[in-house]
Amino acid sequence: MEALVASAVAVLTACGVYLVLRRRTFPVILGLSLLSYAVNVFLFATGRLVQNMPPILSKYADATYTDPLPQALVLTAIVISFGMTALVVMIALGAFLSSDTDRINTTDTPESGDNA
Amino acid sequence: MSLVLIALLPFLGAILPPLLIRAGRNAAAWSAGGTTLLALVGLLTHAPEVMRGEVLTARIEWVPALGLNMNFFLDGLGLLFAGLILGIGLLIILYARFYLSREDPMGQFYAYLLMFQGAMVGIVLSDNILLLLVFWELTSLSSFLLIGFWKHLPEGRQGARMALTVTGLGGLSMIAGLLILGQIAGSYDLSVILTQKDAIQASPYYLVALILILIGAFTKSAQFPFHFWLPHAMAAPTPVSAYLHSATMVKAGLFLMARLWPVLAGTPEWFYIVATTGLVTMVVGAKIALFKDDLKALLAFSTVSHLGLITMLLGFGTKIAAVTAVFHIINHATFKAALFMSAGIVDHETGTRDIKRLGGLRKLMPITFAMVTLASLSMAGIPPLNGFLSKEMMLEEAAHTVWWHSHYLLPALVVLGALFSAAYSFRLIAHTFLGPQRNDYPAHPHDPGPGLWLSPAILVSLVVLIGLFSKAIAGPIVAVASQAVIGDAELPYYSLKIWHGFTPALYMSAFATVAGLFLLWQHKPLERLWNALPRPEAKTIFEALIAMLVRASERLTNALHDGSLTRYAGIFVVFVFGMASYAYFTGNAPAHIKPLGDLGPLAVMGWVCLVVSASCVVLYHRNRLLALVIIGVTGLMVSLTFNYFSAPDLALTQISVEVVTIILLLLALNFMPKDTPIDSTKAQRVRDVVISIIAGVGVGGLLYAVLLGDFSQPSISEYHLANSYKGGGGTNVVNVILVDFRGFDTFGEIIVLGIAAVVIFALTESVLASNVRARLLNREPDQPIAGDAHPMMMVVATRVMMPIALLVGVYIFLRGHNLPGGGFIAGLVVATAFVMQYMASGFAWASARQTFPYHGIIGGGVLIAAATGMGAWFNDLPFLTSAFGYVYLPGLEKFELATAALFDLGVFLAVFGAIMLALESFARYAWQPGIESEHPMDINPERDDPKVSEGEA
Repeated sequence: MEALVASAVAVLTACGVYLVLRRRTFPVILGLSLLSYAVNVFLFATGRLVQNMPPILSKYADATYTDPLPQALVLTAIVISFGMTALVVMIALGAFLSSDTDRINTTDTPESGDNA
Repeated sequence: MSLVLIALLPFLGAILPPLLIRAGRNAAAWSAGGTTLLALVGLLTHAPEVMRGEVLTARIEWVPALGLNMNFFLDGLGLLFAGLILGIGLLIILYARFYLSREDPMGQFYAYLLMFQGAMVGIVLSDNILLLLVFWELTSLSSFLLIGFWKHLPEGRQGARMALTVTGLGGLSMIAGLLILGQIAGSYDLSVILTQKDAIQASPYYLVALILILIGAFTKSAQFPFHFWLPHAMAAPTPVSAYLHSATMVKAGLFLMARLWPVLAGTPEWFYIVATTGLVTMVVGAKIALFKDDLKALLAFSTVSHLGLITMLLGFGTKIAAVTAVFHIINHATFKAALFMSAGIVDHETGTRDIKRLGGLRKLMPITFAMVTLASLSMAGIPPLNGFLSKEMMLEEAAHTVWWHSHYLLPALVVLGALFSAAYSFRLIAHTFLGPQRNDYPAHPHDPGPGLWLSPAILVSLVVLIGLFSKAIAGPIVAVASQAVIGDAELPYYSLKIWHGFTPALYMSAFATVAGLFLLWQHKPLERLWNALPRPEAKTIFEALIAMLVRASERLTNALHDGSLTRYAGIFVVFVFGMASYAYFTGNAPAHIKPLGDLGPLAVMGWVCLVVSASCVVLYHRNRLLALVIIGVTGLMVSLTFNYFSAPDLALTQISVEVVTIILLLLALNFMPKDTPIDSTKAQRVRDVVISIIAGVGVGGLLYAVLLGDFSQPSISEYHLANSYKGGGGTNVVNVILVDFRGFDTFGEIIVLGIAAVVIFALTESVLASNVRARLLNREPDQPIAGDAHPMMMVVATRVMMPIALLVGVYIFLRGHNLPGGGFIAGLVVATAFVMQYMASGFAWASARQTFPYHGIIGGGVLIAAATGMGAWFNDLPFLTSAFGYVYLPGLEKFELATAALFDLGVFLAVFGAIMLALESFARYAWQPGIESEHPMDINPERDDPKVSEGEA
């Protein structure tokens, strides 16, 4: 099970990094989203993986619970990553509308036939 | 008055002058003077105790874990310096009132001056070296503002920059030195450090700490070779020069050397570094001063020279030399401040400070002439003025100091310095006031009103009185201050008097005076010789050095930072991977735990979905819409993963965030190209694939190692699980952590979210205010517009679902404390319900029915959260301490009321407002006046003509 989660996070990270290394804003934003997934799952998993032990206290049984702390951390991280994505998208959109190109590198010179 | 208050009073008072300047310049000056007087009186109330030899302390814990405390103490040395700073400060405030012209912003001036004063008082009263460092840096900053006060003068700005660079660099070095010292002594409190002499001098780090601290002190006190900044700081208004360069800023370095004298002095290293630097500075400064034509430059180099003299005395390391140093600090402060202010008067009344254009002012400005003569003669060391007394003691001490195995070298050089000193002092009198009266002064010189001459006159009378009645006036304070410098040792025998008999010092002094007169007589030919000789210009060297550094850093920055974000990201990934690998292969792995064995079909299916969807996002990323749809699948799978591994709250949050994120990206994609062209070569793509595989393998490997290993330290989660119900009153531990245990984090988080939303709004405003708006209005959509812009089924469905969705939101909110849910998730759910209305019925329709602005909702949420947190203060509890209780109402089960729920309401509102404000901003790009429709359910048969007229339906 651990190998499954670790490999899934590995794939998410690799896909995210590849997209982040693209030259246009939109794929980079998608890549950042994939990276956020990977990071969130990573942080969450540092509390170790358990099944059917949600951190909801039960008054009937002397149950064991999963680690609640990474969950609280990741919950806010998810919401903040929405804020970050929205801001980055807005910057990308503003930049595209103002400059007519969605390239992210100032070193790339726009060639003829650029369909941006 | 508490010592803390004395140190803080000037800072508090600094806000008054800028406010009161509206009531006139006198009001501003009175407020500054009143603040200083109050602090001075507060200080003097402690004087009797200090004079008895007591040491007063005041302690406030600030960051005890770092050893940083607001500890102040007042001993003789502190009293002397604080008295000089506040006393001369008072005189300067009076002088500046009449010196500054109507155009100068006087409120600002006094504010800077008081800030500087506070920082100086802080330095001399600090008992904690970290606190001292804070004040030390504050003096650098506030003196920068003061030196550059005349912003319109390039010399002022350059001088201020130079002073800040040199003293700031010295300050950095001093930080390192004092930290080492604190480490050796085991405490950052001066009162402890000062008792650790043996440990410090035996430490292998003694020399390093000594050199670093001395660099700080030497730069501040303008010691050779750092002396060059001080003359350039003369571009400041004269009150600033008189204050900073006579009694305060440049004395801070001397103060530090005197303060640490008990533990640092007495070693050969100390003697050779400090005494030699002081000696060289004294001779070089005095020699240059003789050939300066600008009155203030002459005084500046003479200050350098006298600071060198005091440094040398401290460097001797003997007790009697320390006493002499303390005495000369007092004397120098009195005559030098008086001279600076008098030079300012000459400048003010004649319009020039150039000695070559002056002369013969004796009859025109008799009061100024008298003051300058007395102060200059004191500076030259002529009896019976106070400068003579300390100079005699210095010469006496120098006469029997062995330097470099020679009995004669040091006395000879000291006499040389004294000789130049006498010569420039005589020149100051002779070339400014004596000689024939001229008729080409730039203005009509005359003595100023008492407002200007009163301050220097008070100081000059001190010069005379200390000279005549030294024992009565200066004796007691010299004794207690010297005692503080030399520590626990017995005070040596000394005598503050004019006549000591025919001693070597007297002969040296007499020779220096006569030779000084000779130099004055021969000044013209000497000056020709001086001008003919090549000499290094410190300013040119300094500027060339700075320019070189700027060029080098520019080259480095441009080489690393070439504008290619892709490159930065690639370097970052590889670098992090390298660092992590290093850590992984050199660290110790914790013990393994038993892995979760079973691989159910559900888990494998989920894994396949996740991996395939993520890969498809990459494969199809050139088709942006398709990629967006697929990434939604990935998000959904992540949400299911959370649910599978016992995190229902995370699953709920993830799925609702996913919805709004996709909508947001769709809104943005509407205006962006729908395809991504290929612009990287095959080789680049291969390289990127390699980098991403490295990153994936690294992260995956790390996570695998983490998951198989046990916690390396006991988890703090047990505490949260155990206290969630008892202390927080909730059974959903995640929610209790968010709103209670870590409420402060959450509070910060909603503020960040709110700021992000407001920034998005602001960006939208600024983009739409530019010519982009016109282009958007005239935009031809690149895809056909739907004929049915607001499909009837969707509109009806969303309107029916709205109350249900709201109810679900309320339900999730209310149960959040005990079951999965809470403010974050409820905010997301309610936002989704609202967004559905915008999507189905159109922006115009929805915003016409939305009466509360979203900014207000964000602000309201943050305020509610803050108010809830502050409520704890009324019960004397820390911010955000929660309270809860159970309520029994007839006919209902017992239920809970908790302040945490109120805090959660704030979270709910802030999250809701932030999401809506962000989405609304994006939607405003699409708004076109033509397609506004009051009837969202209308069908428009003319697909390409968006105009709908009434009754056409």
